[in-house]
Amino acid sequence: MSKVIASAAIRGAYKIVGRAEKKWQEAMDRWGANEPVGFPNTAYYLPVIYGILGIPVEKLGDMEQVLKRCKSLLPPPVRENCPLPYLAPAIDAGMATFFADELIEAIRYLEEPDFYTKQEDPTDNNIWLGAADDVILRKRGIEFVDGTAPGFAAILGAAPTNEIAAKIAQELQQKNLYVFMSAEHNGKRFSEQLVEAGVQIGWPTRLVSFGPDVTATVFAAGFAIRVGFTFGGIGPGEYRRHLIYNKDRCFAFALPLGYITDEWYAQALGCINFGFPTIADTPIPEILPTGVCTYEHVVSNIPHDKIVAKAIEVRGLKVSVTEVPVPVAFGPAFEGERVRKGEWYLECGGGRTPMVEWCTSKRMDEVEDGKIEVIGPEIIDVPPESRLPLAIIVEVAGREMEEDYEPILERQIHHLINYTQGVWHIGQRDIAWLRITKSAMEKGFRLYHIGALLHAKLHQDFSRIFDKIQVKLYTEEDKVKEVTEKAKAVYGARDARIEGMTDESTDIYYSCTLCQSFAPNHVCIITPEKTGLCGSYNWMDCKAAYEINPTGPNQPVPKGETIDAKFGQWKGVNEFIYKASRGNLDHYNMYSIVYDPWTTCGCCECIAAVLPLCNGVMTVNREYTGGTPCGMKFTTLAGTVGGGVSTPGFVGHGKYNICQRKFIMADGGIKRMVWMPKMLKGEIADRLKARAEELGVPDLLDMIADETVGITEEEILPFLQEKGHPALSMEPILG
Amino acid sequence: MAEAETKSIDNASIKMIEKAAADGANTAFDRAETMKPCPIGAEGTCCKNCGMGPCRVPLPKGKEETPKEKKERRGICGATAETIAARNFIRMIAGGAAAHSDHGRGVAKLFLAVAKGEAPGYEIKDEQKLLQLALDFGVTIGDRSNNEIAIDIGEKALAEFGKQEGEVLFLRRAPLKRQELWRREGIAPRGIDREIVEIMHRTHIGVDQDYRSLLRQGVRASIADGWGGSMIATELQDILFGTPAPVLGRINLGVLKRDEVNLIIHGHEPLLSEMIVVAAQEPQMIELAKSKGANGISIAGMCCTANEILMRHGVPLAGNFLQQELAIVTGAVDVMVVDIQCIMQSLTTVAECYHTKIITTSPKAHIPGAIHIEFDEHNAMESARAIVRTAIENFPNRGSNIDIPKEQTNLVAGFSHETINYLLGGIYRASYRPLNDNIINGRIRGVAGVVGCNNARVKHNENHVTMVKELIKNDVLVLQTGCSAIACAEAGLMTPEAAEYAGEGLASVCEAVGIPPVLHLGSCVDNSRILMAATAMVKDGGLGDDISELPVAGAAPEWMSEKAISIGQYFVGSGVFTVFGATWPTLGSPEVTEFLFKDLENICGGMWAFEPNPIKAAHLMIDHIDKKRKALGIDKARERILYDMAMRRELEAA
Repeated sequence: MSKVIASAAIRGAYKIVGRAEKKWQEAMDRWGANEPVGFPNTAYYLPVIYGILGIPVEKLGDMEQVLKRCKSLLPPPVRENCPLPYLAPAIDAGMATFFADELIEAIRYLEEPDFYTKQEDPTDNNIWLGAADDVILRKRGIEFVDGTAPGFAAILGAAPTNEIAAKIAQELQQKNLYVFMSAEHNGKRFSEQLVEAGVQIGWPTRLVSFGPDVTATVFAAGFAIRVGFTFGGIGPGEYRRHLIYNKDRCFAFALPLGYITDEWYAQALGCINFGFPTIADTPIPEILPTGVCTYEHVVSNIPHDKIVAKAIEVRGLKVSVTEVPVPVAFGPAFEGERVRKGEWYLECGGGRTPMVEWCTSKRMDEVEDGKIEVIGPEIIDVPPESRLPLAIIVEVAGREMEEDYEPILERQIHHLINYTQGVWHIGQRDIAWLRITKSAMEKGFRLYHIGALLHAKLHQDFSRIFDKIQVKLYTEEDKVKEVTEKAKAVYGARDARIEGMTDESTDIYYSCTLCQSFAPNHVCIITPEKTGLCGSYNWMDCKAAYEINPTGPNQPVPKGETIDAKFGQWKGVNEFIYKASRGNLDHYNMYSIVYDPWTTCGCCECIAAVLPLCNGVMTVNREYTGGTPCGMKFTTLAGTVGGGVSTPGFVGHGKYNICQRKFIMADGGIKRMVWMPKMLKGEIADRLKARAEELGVPDLLDMIADETVGITEEEILPFLQEKGHPALSMEPILG
Repeated sequence: MAEAETKSIDNASIKMIEKAAADGANTAFDRAETMKPCPIGAEGTCCKNCGMGPCRVPLPKGKEETPKEKKERRGICGATAETIAARNFIRMIAGGAAAHSDHGRGVAKLFLAVAKGEAPGYEIKDEQKLLQLALDFGVTIGDRSNNEIAIDIGEKALAEFGKQEGEVLFLRRAPLKRQELWRREGIAPRGIDREIVEIMHRTHIGVDQDYRSLLRQGVRASIADGWGGSMIATELQDILFGTPAPVLGRINLGVLKRDEVNLIIHGHEPLLSEMIVVAAQEPQMIELAKSKGANGISIAGMCCTANEILMRHGVPLAGNFLQQELAIVTGAVDVMVVDIQCIMQSLTTVAECYHTKIITTSPKAHIPGAIHIEFDEHNAMESARAIVRTAIENFPNRGSNIDIPKEQTNLVAGFSHETINYLLGGIYRASYRPLNDNIINGRIRGVAGVVGCNNARVKHNENHVTMVKELIKNDVLVLQTGCSAIACAEAGLMTPEAAEYAGEGLASVCEAVGIPPVLHLGSCVDNSRILMAATAMVKDGGLGDDISELPVAGAAPEWMSEKAISIGQYFVGSGVFTVFGATWPTLGSPEVTEFLFKDLENICGGMWAFEPNPIKAAHLMIDHIDKKRKALGIDKARERILYDMAMRRELEAA
C-alpha cells in the first residue's frame, strides 16, 4: 500500500525536519547567523538545496529560509479514511527530508570538524568519509560519464550477516556500481560489516562509507545533483532539469537493508524525486505503477541473493559483464584497491625487479589465438613475498591490425590487470609495477591468468581490429631484459612518430562525444596537437576507437576549408559542432582562450584562465584545491565554464595539452603561462622544459609562478617582473 | 413505495419523492409521468422556424420508406428532413454554446472590473495562472502589477466574444495537429458570438439547406464554446477564485442541517456564491442566526454552482439537477438562491408547500414568485449579505413538516488539470508522465470523460453510476463534471476507497497516487479542463500527436440540456468519440445521424454514438479505447527496456 509508505514517509520527514530545526536553533545560539557553513571543498554549497532551490547556503543564517521551505513542503498527515491524494505530498516531503538532511550534516561539520575523514579513504580510526569533495566528484564523476560506472546503490542499514554484506557489495562492484552507505539497523552498519569482513572500503574500491547516520543518505543525492551541475551544465534552481537528468542518466537506486523506519521511508521518497527506486529486503508495501521513476517505485521482500539483479532490472539498467576466466572477482570497481606490504605474495617491477609490457603485431600464421605461455617460474613455484622479473608480451594478428593500434592495446594492460580483485598494477611500458595478494594466490590466481584475462577482455573490446591474440609471460631475468631492449626501441620509434604529427599533417580530426551521456551539448574536437580535455583520448586513440566502433562517440571530422589558420577554425569542424551540439553552438576556435574558445565538459583535467594584469594565462589542475590568481578555485572555475558552453577567457584542457605546440597558440602559446600549481609544474616539468627550449625560453618553467609565490595577480606580478617572464613583453592579451 | 424506487437509485431522493407526494408537492418526477415527450420533436423532424409551419416530417414508422415517400417528406418551404434535423441540432448547439459563453462573458466582465479595482471584495487569487494566461494571450508581463496585466487579459478575453476575424485565441493551446485539422477543415471558430449568430442565420428559413454544411457550422460553434467561452470562464474563475486542489467534501441531501439556517446556492456561476460563502461566516451574521434560534448558518450547493464552491472551499453539496425540488421538500431549506441555467421554474410552486424562499439574482433569469435580489458586481458583498439575512430571517418560519434524509457521502473533489499534473509527481517532478506511462503499460486502459445532466425520462443517476462502474471495472480512469459527477459522488465513487470497484490495474495506480478512480473536475463549464487534460496527455508524448489518437472517449448518459449537445459536439470536434444516452435528437433523419455517427470521424477524428443502455454504451467506449490502443501499438505487453551507456548518449539533451 502506497498509503502506508506515504504516511510513514511524511511522519519521517516531520522528524528529520524537526531535528534540523532543533540543531539549527542550537547552532544559531552558539555561533550566530554569520558563521560560515558548508561541505568541504565544493563549489556547490549544500548541493541538493543549491540544485533544487537555487539557494547557496553559506552561513548559518541562510538556513532559515531553507527550513521555512521544508515546512511549507510538509503536508498534513495522511487521513485513514477518505484521504486526500498522498503520493505527491509524500514525494514533496521526501525532498524536504533531503534539504533537512543537508542542514543537519552541514551543522555536524561545524560542531565536529573531524567527524568525517574528508578524504577518499577511511583512516585507521575513522571509516566515515562524509560528502565527496569536488576533487573526488570530478575524478569519480568521469566514470559515470564514460560508462565505467553506470550509477550507484545507496545502501541504508545493514545485512543480516557480514558475509551477506560482503557478497552484496562484491556483486554491486562486479556490476561496476558505486555503493554509497549510510544509516544503521540493529546497531550494525553496512560499512562496518564490510570492514569486519575484511573488505577494503573507500572511494577507490567504490564502497563509500558516507556516514553512520540516516541523514548521510543525502550525500548520495548530493553527489547525483553535482554530477548534473558538473557534467550536465545544469544551473542552480533548475530543479526539473536536475531531476530528469538523474532519472534518465544516473542509474542509481536505494537498497534499504533491515527494518524500514519512518526516516528511511522519507529518504526513499526523496529518492523518487530523482527517479531512483527503492528495493528492500523486508516485506514492506510496494509501489509498482511506473512514471516518476522509469519503472517500479518501491519493490520489497527480495532475497539477498537476488536483490542486486532485481535492483538493476527495476532501475532499467543494462550492465554487460563479460565472464573473465579468473578465479577472483573482476571489474572496474577493483581498480582502486591497494595492496600493501605484507599483503602481497608476489611483486614484480617497481624498480625492485625488471618489468616490461609490450604489445606487438605479428603475421597471422605466427599467432595462435588464446595461447598463453608462462616461461619461467609461476607464482606457485616461489615462496610467499617473493619478487620476480616479468615481461608481458601481447602478440596480435589480424587483417585490420595496424602498427598504430599497438600502443592503444598496450595501454589497456594496466587497467585490465588492475580490474582483478587482489591484483594491483601501476605504470606501463618498462616502468610497470605489479603486486598479487596472498588471498588472490590462495583463490588460485596465477600469472597465467594475466594472459587469460588480457585475451578475454581485449577480444571483447577490440575484436574489430585484430583476429588473434596470444600472450607470453617471461619471469627469467635475462629473457625479460632481452624483451625490454626490443620494446624500448619500439617505444622510441612510436614517440617520435606521434611527436612528429601536426594538425597540418592531416585532413581528418576526430570528435569525442563520449561525455554526451552526461554533458549533452559538449563536443570535443581532437587533433594531433590537441588531446581531449579529460586527458584520456588523443588523436590516435580516437582513430582507433572509430575503427573499433564506427558508430560510436569518436567520429572522423573532415577539416574542410580553413576559416582561420591562426585561431584554428575550419568549416568542416564548425559544421560538425553545430550538428553534434544539437544546434547549441555553431563554431569555436581550437587555438584561442580569448576569442570564442572551445567548450568544456565537466571532466577536464585542468582549467586555464586569462590573467589580464599579468598579460598571461594561468592553469590549475583539478587535484589542486587551493586558491588561484584568477580568484577562483578549480571547483568554482569548473562550475563557471563546464556544461558545454564557450566562455571567453576560460578553457578546460588536458595536462598533456599544455606542452603541445598548438596550445592557445593564437594568444601566444605557452609563453603566456604565468602561473600553475607546484604539483602540476612538477608533473609536466620534463615536457615543458623541452617545449620551452624549442621556443628559445629554456628557463620558462622557473619563470612560472605557483602558490608558493602567491595566489593573486598582485602577488605574482613582481615575481614575473623579476624573472623577466616573456608574457610581460608580449602584445596585450585582451587585444 | 415501490413506485418512487423506479425513479431514482439514490435513497435520499427516493425518500423525498415519497415525501413530496405526501406533501402534495408536484415535481419533475410526477410531470415526466404525466407528460410524454413529443415523438416528432424528439427525433428532430419538427420545424417551427417560420410562420408557415410548424412542419412535421417524421420517418414512417414500422416500414421502409420508398424513394418517392422520401422525396415528398419535406416542409412547406421544401426543406428536407435532413435540413430540418440538422437545423434543430445545431440550434441546440447555439443554445448551449450561448449559455456557456454568456457565463464566460459574465466572468470576463467581473474579471475586468476586479482588475480595475471596481469590484470590492474580489481579488486576483492565482498569480501563476494569471501569468500563464498572459503568455497564452501574448500580454506583456514585464514588471507590471498583477492588476495591470489582468486588465489587458480581461480586455482580450472580452474581445474574444465579439471578434469578427482571425481565430479564437485558445485554439493555440490545442495540439498542433488538431489546430491544423481545424484550419484545414474550415471549422476553426473566428469569434465566439459570431459563430452562434451564424447558426441562427443559417438556420433561418431559406438559408443553409445542406445538412453537411449546417453540421460543420455546428462543430465550429461548439469549438468556440469548449476552446472559447467555456475555457475563458474556467480560466478566469480560477484566477479570481483559485485553481481547485483536492479537497474533502460531503454530498447529498443529508448535508442539510436541522438546527442551522440552510441556504442553498443553485445554478452555475461562482461569482455571487463566493461572496455568500464569505458573508455567511461573518460574526454578525452568525450572531443574527443565533438570535433567531439557529445554531449557525449552513451553506450547501446544488448543481454546478455547488461544484464550483465545493472544489474551492469544500462547501457541502446537496445534490444535482433532479434533486433541486427535493431539497425544498425536506422543509429545511430557508433560502434557495439561484443564478442561471438548469433552474426549474417549478421551484417556486414546490416552495409554496413549505416556507422556503426562492431568490433569483441574475438580470438574465427571473422567475415569477421568486424574490429578486440582483447581483451587482460593484457591490457584491451587499447583495450577498442581503441574501444571507433573508435566509436567517426565514429560519423561524419553518413548518413542522421537516424531514432531512440521513444520506450523505464523502468525496474528494478539486482535480483541475493542473493539480493532476502535480499529483502525479509532486512539486519538483510534476508531469503527466505517470498517467501516460501507465496507459502505455496497460494498467490504465484509457480515460473517459463522463459528464452531463440528469434527465427525468431515465431513472435518476442510474445511467451515470452504472456506466462509470463498468468503465472503472475495465480499468478506464473516469473524469467527471457537472451533474454526472454529483451522481457518482453520491454513489461513493469519488473516494480513494472506491478503487475496490476498479480493475486491478487502475486500482493499483489509484492506490499508488491516492486518488479515486473517478475524478471530479468541476462544473459543466469546466469540461474545458478535460480538453486541457487531454492536450497535456498528447504533449507529454507516447500516445500520438493529437487528441483523436488518445485512447479516450466521452459520454453523457443522462443528458437533457442544449449545453450537453454543445459539449458533446466540441468533444467530437476535438477528436473524441462521444456516446450519449437517454434520447437522440436526429433519429428522424438517417442521413444526419449517419453524418454525426460516422462521417464526422473522417473530418474530426471523433464522432457521436447513441446508446441508452449504460453498460452497452460503456463497452462502445471501451471498444473505441481498445481500437486506439491498437493503433498506437500499445495493445500488447511491452518488454522492459534496459539502458546501457550508448543508449543513454542517444537521449535528447536534458
